[in-house]
Amino acid sequence: MSDWIEITQLDEIPVLGSRVVKTADENIAIFRTSDDRIFAVKDACPHKQGPLSQGIVHGTAITCPLHNWKIDLASGEALGADEGCTNVYDTKVENNMVYLRIPVD
Amino acid sequence: MFGGLCTPSDLRAIADVADKYNVPEMKVTGGQRIDMFGIQKGDLPAMWKDLSEAGFVSGHTYGKAMRTCKTCVGDTWCRMGTQDSTGLGIKLEELTWGSWMPHKYKLAVSGCPRNCAEATIKDFGVVCVESGYELHVGGNGGIKVRVTDFLTKVETEEEVLEYCGAFSQLYREDAHYLERTAPWVERVGLKKIKKAIIDDEENRKALHARFLISQKPAQIDPWKAHAEGKNANEFIPITIE
Ligand code: SF4
Ligand code: FES
Repeated sequence: MSDWIEITQLDEIPVLGSRVVKTADENIAIFRTSDDRIFAVKDACPHKQGPLSQGIVHGTAITCPLHNWKIDLASGEALGADEGCTNVYDTKVENNMVYLRIPVD
Repeated sequence: MFGGLCTPSDLRAIADVADKYNVPEMKVTGGQRIDMFGIQKGDLPAMWKDLSEAGFVSGHTYGKAMRTCKTCVGDTWCRMGTQDSTGLGIKLEELTWGSWMPHKYKLAVSGCPRNCAEATIKDFGVVCVESGYELHVGGNGGIKVRVTDFLTKVETEEEVLEYCGAFSQLYREDAHYLERTAPWVERVGLKKIKKAIIDDEENRKALHARFLISQKPAQIDPWKAHAEGKNANEFIPITIE
């Protein structure tokens, strides 16, 4: 089971920037690309748990601020030679409002 | 804190910010600034607001940019001093702060050849002597230590500023991204740099003029702009449930 949760207005997320959503058990990083698409991944790099929300958005990928791993925002998979992945979450934007879907058991 | 010079009220303002935001660790840096470590990103815009109201600008420690100008006390307080090295360091920082570079970029001014400010391992270093100012370039104290090359000697502070602007601009226009001045000087050769800056007065003045033009929109504190901007709450987490 999971439900769409209202997060924030689209304008509250900077273009090529991010916001952190704190849930009861983890931090989720929400990113906005240059063409206004929204992605959400767990705010922890598969390498050494770096805060991906503080990285650099390019295309639909994020570069981790700690050691430059690149993570695909749609799949959560590390790009290039690196191996590892972080959780991804569904997002949608309706009437300028950003929604996030977090699985609950 | 240009040239590392500060007043009791500067230090008090820094201490107040450190208390207010529970800064876990502070440290005096090699570039003569004060580090504050372990800050929550969400606190940064508010901290920078307080600091910039107290008159500070960001040190750009995070950027491929001009960092700081290290100075010694010079002839104001040192019996060996030949010139006002601290004052000149401040003028150099006022000229160069906020400038983006191919890589980090460090300056220093020593008040005499005893060289307490380690000017000969900086990207642009000045060593004061009785008869003027020796300019040294392409030094590096990093992974691979490199002593500067002697560029030239000038007689006035105005000339130091002009040569510094011209050298900085030549480096920015000519070097590769992520190439520090040390490998750049080795790659292109000191001869080419001397030709562009020493032999060709007109070119030196043109380079310096371009540096000044580019500094007009560059001398904006990124954190101050951020604290005032519409995304000031960017680093504050959104809590759900
Ligand atoms: S470099 Fe010279 S002037 Fe400066 S502190 Fe050292 S001895 Fe004194
Ligand atoms: S923690 Fe992200 S690259 Fe190392």
